[in-house]
Amino acid sequence: MADVLFFLAGIGAIAGAIGVIAVRNPFYSVLALVFHLLSLAALFLLLRAQFVAAAQVVVYAGAVMVLYVFVVAYVGDQERPLYAPTSNLGAVGVLFTGALAVELMIALLGSGLQAVDSAGAPFSPGFGTPGQIGQLFLTRFLLPFEVASYLLLIAAVGAVILARRRRGIDTEADERRTLSVGDLFRLPPGIGSQAESVGTRPGGREEAAVGAKSADRDLGGW
Amino acid sequence: MAIGWYLAVSALIFCVGAAGVLVKRNPLVILLCLELMLNAGNLALVGFARMWGNGDGQVFALIVMVVAACEVTVGLGLIVALHRRRLPIDVDEMRELRG
Repeated sequence: MADVLFFLAGIGAIAGAIGVIAVRNPFYSVLALVFHLLSLAALFLLLRAQFVAAAQVVVYAGAVMVLYVFVVAYVGDQERPLYAPTSNLGAVGVLFTGALAVELMIALLGSGLQAVDSAGAPFSPGFGTPGQIGQLFLTRFLLPFEVASYLLLIAAVGAVILARRRRGIDTEADERRTLSVGDLFRLPPGIGSQAESVGTRPGGREEAAVGAKSADRDLGGW
Repeated sequence: MAIGWYLAVSALIFCVGAAGVLVKRNPLVILLCLELMLNAGNLALVGFARMWGNGDGQVFALIVMVVAACEVTVGLGLIVALHRRRLPIDVDEMRELRG
């Protein structure tokens, strides 16, 4: 029974992975990745990692994939095809990958580890349960746990700063005339990537309102 | 099933992800392929945790998930910023640093 489940989930995982790179539309790539992640969660369950499997489904297949779908829908249809036929360098990449696969298989077959050919350690109750994982996180891996929380915080703040819509903040500042703490961190208008919103740079919002007449837009500021 | 089978699946998924990173040009799909590679590493980690019978590998896998989530957040923020500036969403066009 476990063997059948393993082959079903394994074939599903590999098929999902191939689907991610074989499909042209990035939206379908995301859906293939969701299928791949669900198959991988089944493999985790077969390895008695219940908590990791649950986190995989909830965090990955749930939250992260929603983020992906949102960005794919937001970036949407480009005028150029998102998938271009690969140049001659693509063949080099595929060759490299084939060599990598062969090398990994050789390493796996030539491994001297006896336990690789076994079904693993004998079963101990409580293995892979949230209780065991939580105990490890709060005792032996306390520092990585805290560092991971800081990393998440930094990534969230960084993503907001990267992707926020930059409006013309100079008018707001003129209206209020009172300095806040946030003003200390604001760049003056016309600097950097805020230039597009105040219209001092070609390719900005005003030009887009006119109708984006200049086909050769200025990429020099990037 | 022997742990070796899980490692073989993990190696194949890793190779598929590496091929995608090397061949694809859309940064969205490249991020997806990075996810594939990280997940292949996760599968190997969980397999080794099963092999040794302790939970350290699973803790590593969870930390890898956290790092992957951070990477996705920042990467997607970059793509949204590119889109806002109406730059082409194509890694071959992003050659400013190369001079």
